[in-house]
Amino acid sequence: MAVLVIADHDNTTLKDNTHKVVTAALAMSGDVDVLVASASSAALGAAAAKITGVRKVLTADSPELGQGLAEAVGDLIVGLMGGYDAVLIPATSQGKNFSPRVAAKLDVAQISEVIEVVSPDTFVRPIYAGNALETVQSADAKKVLTVRPTAFKPAAEGGSAKVEATAPPGAPAKVHFVDQKIVKSARPDLGAAKIVVSGGRAMGSAEEFQKVIEPLADKLGAAVGASRAAVDAGYAPNDYQVGQTGKVVAPELYIAIGISGAIQHLAGMKDSKVIVAINKDGDAPIFQVADFGLVSDYKTAVPDLMTALTAAGK
Amino acid sequence: MKVLVPVKRVIDYNVKARVKSDQTGVDLANVKMSMNPFCEIAVEEAVRLKEKGVATEVVAVSIGPPQASETLRTALAMGADRAILVQTDQDLEPLAVAKVLKAIIAEEAPDLVLMGKQAIDGDNNAVGQMLSALLDWPQATFASELTIEGGKAKVTREVDGGLQILEVDLPAVVTADLRLNEPRYASLPNIMKAKKKELAVKELASVGVDTAPRLKVVKVTEPAKRAAGIKVETAGDLVTNLKTAGVL
Repeated sequence: MAVLVIADHDNTTLKDNTHKVVTAALAMSGDVDVLVASASSAALGAAAAKITGVRKVLTADSPELGQGLAEAVGDLIVGLMGGYDAVLIPATSQGKNFSPRVAAKLDVAQISEVIEVVSPDTFVRPIYAGNALETVQSADAKKVLTVRPTAFKPAAEGGSAKVEATAPPGAPAKVHFVDQKIVKSARPDLGAAKIVVSGGRAMGSAEEFQKVIEPLADKLGAAVGASRAAVDAGYAPNDYQVGQTGKVVAPELYIAIGISGAIQHLAGMKDSKVIVAINKDGDAPIFQVADFGLVSDYKTAVPDLMTALTAAGK
Repeated sequence: MKVLVPVKRVIDYNVKARVKSDQTGVDLANVKMSMNPFCEIAVEEAVRLKEKGVATEVVAVSIGPPQASETLRTALAMGADRAILVQTDQDLEPLAVAKVLKAIIAEEAPDLVLMGKQAIDGDNNAVGQMLSALLDWPQATFASELTIEGGKAKVTREVDGGLQILEVDLPAVVTADLRLNEPRYASLPNIMKAKKKELAVKELASVGVDTAPRLKVVKVTEPAKRAAGIKVETAGDLVTNLKTAGVL
């Protein structure tokens, strides 16, 4: 079977999510191609060609593909699916935007947020905020999957696949790009960071959140996250939200500060390798998933942690 | 302008789902059910459009068991004008839901479909996009801001790392994200009023679309539990442990 992987990028850099989805694709088949659809794909295509195990890289360029318009990306993929048995799409907000269109146009089911490939037609995916894992078998002739990148290790680099340009689809007639506001942050991307420091409702104010969480994150080179409670209270912007309906993260180290550990929050971080919880309430549910718990008021614990990190050479 | 709002009855947001011991699914017997939170946000936005004089009619639609009429009554109590229940005990996959909605839309001819981005049971995040593709209407997903003007919807979308603003020609499909609004609580007088609003019921079979499942559920299991952790006494102990674990 031939599998098409859709590359994740920001129009300038190929993201590691691509490598992770290639790993999922290689669990299904040895014939894995990558599609880079962007404003200008030459450099991105060359980067994708280095991923070990990739057979061929297809590139398509147009302004609408660069803007990630779902209609454009979806049409491009549907047009290519004559040559493929499956398409694997990173489960990012961008991927989730166009993936169901591809499934609908092909008249097949979408298998969302795949975390394990059992066999080329059987997959595991979380449902109910990750409180249950569903194993599904697809009888559709073509498979459309979104793949949760945090569940797969990135494929190595060292390949030299050939790169082929393919024609972009026409511009969608009924949708018009107006503007975008991408937050430029010196901190790593929340979804890809090795360390995430998250704050909860205990912070009490946006000022306190910034004063406590951000310096610790910066000391660790970490991304900043927040619980929904903290976001709803206005202590942190919504794109910081970790959880079922926010971002799903699985860093090497997740530090939850003043977060009680609601179901929806745990859904977004419980696959982190090491979880640290700092909370003055020793009965908080967050301690049930924490590898290391420090029962202490963050007001003393975080400054102590900063000092201890400095002493440890951080 | 007519707005159609599909809503889903799901396990309540605050209830932890439990897997059935025979691994056939999640146990929903005697579990509190509510309107999917994202659907609530979509209803709220539609009602606000009506209150602003932009929308003339808000129609709520649900596909589900007879009890889904309670969910529709909630939408009516929030301010929707009338409701349609497509009744079935079958648990439809997103593609089937999109096909049923397409058939309803052919009858209702709304100018805007406003719906939640995701249901918190299946967590698929797919129906809106599928519906847009099937209708060949433009889509604007994950909306955090919506304005309607001159036959177009201007939508601010939550995307990876920030926001994107799109303008889509109506009719269109818009899916709601968390930041779009804070849904109101229905007042008691409005709950009473909602009981008198029109709620039409049709059987799924009468809609005439193929809703056969495409996926076979092999099993539903509980995720692996994390091994119990330890409590540390001081921040210094914590750093020592993290170094030993190799994450610092």
